[in-house]
Amino acid sequence: MMLRFILQRFIGMVITLFIVSILVFIIMQLPPGDFADRYAFRKFSGGSVNITQQDIENIRKQLGLDKPQWQLYLDWIGGIVTRLDFGTSFAYQTPVIRIIKKHLGYTLILIFGSLLLVYLIAIPLGMLAALKRGSFFDYFISLTGYAGLAIPPFLFALILLYFLSKYTDFSIGGFFSDQFRDAPWTWAKLLDLGKHLIVPLIVLTWPNIALQAQTIRATMSDEINRPYVTAAIARGVPWWKLWLKYPLRLAINPVIGTIGFDVNRIFSDLPIVAIVLNLPELGQFLINAYLDLDMYLAGAILLILCFIIVFMNFVSDVLLACLDPRIKLE
Amino acid sequence: MAKKNKPIDAQKIHTTTYWKLVWIHFKKHKAGKFGFYTLLFMALCGIFADFLAPVHPQARDSLAILAPAQLPHFFDSKGFSLRPFVYGIKTKRDPITLRPIATLDKSKRVYLQFFSHGFKYTLLGIPLDVHLITGENGQKIHFLGTDEFGRDLFSRLLYATKTSLSIGVLGVLTAFVLALIIGGISGYFGGIIDYLIQRFTEIIRVIPVIPLYMGLAAAFPKDWSSSKIYFAITIILGLIGWPTLSRRIRSQFLSLKNEDYVLAATVAGASSYRIISRHLLPSFISYIIIDLVISFPYMILSETALSFIGLGLRPPVLSWGVLLQSAQRIEVIVHSPLLLFAPAFCIFVAILSFVIIGDALRDAADPYKTHY
Repeated sequence: MMLRFILQRFIGMVITLFIVSILVFIIMQLPPGDFADRYAFRKFSGGSVNITQQDIENIRKQLGLDKPQWQLYLDWIGGIVTRLDFGTSFAYQTPVIRIIKKHLGYTLILIFGSLLLVYLIAIPLGMLAALKRGSFFDYFISLTGYAGLAIPPFLFALILLYFLSKYTDFSIGGFFSDQFRDAPWTWAKLLDLGKHLIVPLIVLTWPNIALQAQTIRATMSDEINRPYVTAAIARGVPWWKLWLKYPLRLAINPVIGTIGFDVNRIFSDLPIVAIVLNLPELGQFLINAYLDLDMYLAGAILLILCFIIVFMNFVSDVLLACLDPRIKLE
Repeated sequence: MAKKNKPIDAQKIHTTTYWKLVWIHFKKHKAGKFGFYTLLFMALCGIFADFLAPVHPQARDSLAILAPAQLPHFFDSKGFSLRPFVYGIKTKRDPITLRPIATLDKSKRVYLQFFSHGFKYTLLGIPLDVHLITGENGQKIHFLGTDEFGRDLFSRLLYATKTSLSIGVLGVLTAFVLALIIGGISGYFGGIIDYLIQRFTEIIRVIPVIPLYMGLAAAFPKDWSSSKIYFAITIILGLIGWPTLSRRIRSQFLSLKNEDYVLAATVAGASSYRIISRHLLPSFISYIIIDLVISFPYMILSETALSFIGLGLRPPVLSWGVLLQSAQRIEVIVHSPLLLFAPAFCIFVAILSFVIIGDALRDAADPYKTHY
């Protein structure tokens, strides 16, 4: 039963990825002109050589771009699936996979660091707000919920940037201070990385903390008044056991069910935050690739981001089914 | 309906329409009312931006680069003046970099003139050159200072408010039309069409739309005119917004299409179009309106984010995101924090107002239910 459920979701994930890859491919093909045009333009611009239409056609044939669209798509996706070949980045003149290998780590640190922080902070906050409904603390949580929406992460990053550079000499921007950038990994370098992660993590997590704390508060408030809670109190269950074992288990379900959406939201904010804070991770490369119309790089990054999200959705479905066996039946 | 022998008050309540009831309930929500008037104020500022702006938004004042804010005063060291004035600007050179630095000249008063003549504009098709406030003798005044080209931030902010709010409205409407078509077809016809559309909507909801549609925006030719870009961004905003709305519309259609009155209309021979437009839509339009209001902040945020990184609206069109572009350089905002904080404040206030109005409307949308 469980295995069938997992298999079902897995197939769903593969279908989703297939459709996503088509969408990404369409986006990649959108800019006017194709790789051959841009390649020719870049190669011959500056020089006094005249390029004729015939030259472009030759490049196109040489690169195999004269095939119909569906075959181009199959070549592209086939290369990715079989050889991890994402094509060549045109602005950096290297295989896309090399750029991705070098920077994916930082993206993952930011994503999963933020995700972990969101849950570690939002769940206790939401619980407290639910237990002390109507208190000052409760209102404070609701207010931050509003503010979390009204100050988008990139704006928050700019504001923090302003205050930090005006009133402290805390260096932000980038992942490392200058002296560590090319140094081998040491504890000092790791510490330096940690320091540089503080601001991006705060900025990326805070709207999500606000949102999830609200969710936890709402479901928790519903559960607290249930008879089973009263019964547990009457049985003399110690308070910490009471809250952790019964209402929280249920209240946490909607949070687990939205892991994929949380990753999605963090991803939507990440590229712009990375631009503001000058973080060399895939989001920043994505925007720069768009600005340069370096579509193979952009497509690869988009595909990887979507893959992570779809995979997290899958994980969240399976987790949810483990935590609450009733869900499978629906 | 109203009978003559009833007391007037009772008649009045009896004939109150649904929307009037909603408005009465809405007005009881103090925060909601406050949000509504704040937005109304912003919208008016945007509509009358030409009239309210003291300086043309693109005019460069080379004598006031990155000038500080010139706030209106009634008092200074020379005493009281009934006519408000601002301090003048003087430009010094930085002794090391030789860059001009604009500072306030507290010894100089520039009096304000009201309803005087300034740059020309057309409002509602009427060519005008009257402005609410200008500097005396056509002197340029900068209530919020200037940017790195000496352009007046206050005037630019007014124009940006106009663009950002209007593109938000158009974006929401585009999303609504898309959602109505897709969600309507899905919910009204059901079956295999519904299944396919639902799966597709789910997939769209899974992928991070802003990074995806940045790609769409990146593909716009660089030589497009600003009005074309504006139109294209509207469509992108519509694309960003439709999945959530479409789900809501679909579920409303599904829950209502089995009602008896729909069956009655079908039996009476009404067409699908008539059933949808006359019977189904009016019954849930209020919920849809709430969803539209709630989706506004996302439109504004998306536009701001796109314009900020240079993939959305482009200068000379002004929007909050375009204004924030000049706040990208940290040296600039450390010197003139208003370039960051003034647009940021507008975004904050507008989004907060929309969220609060959304909350208040949600409470008010069901006026027949007795609260408390």
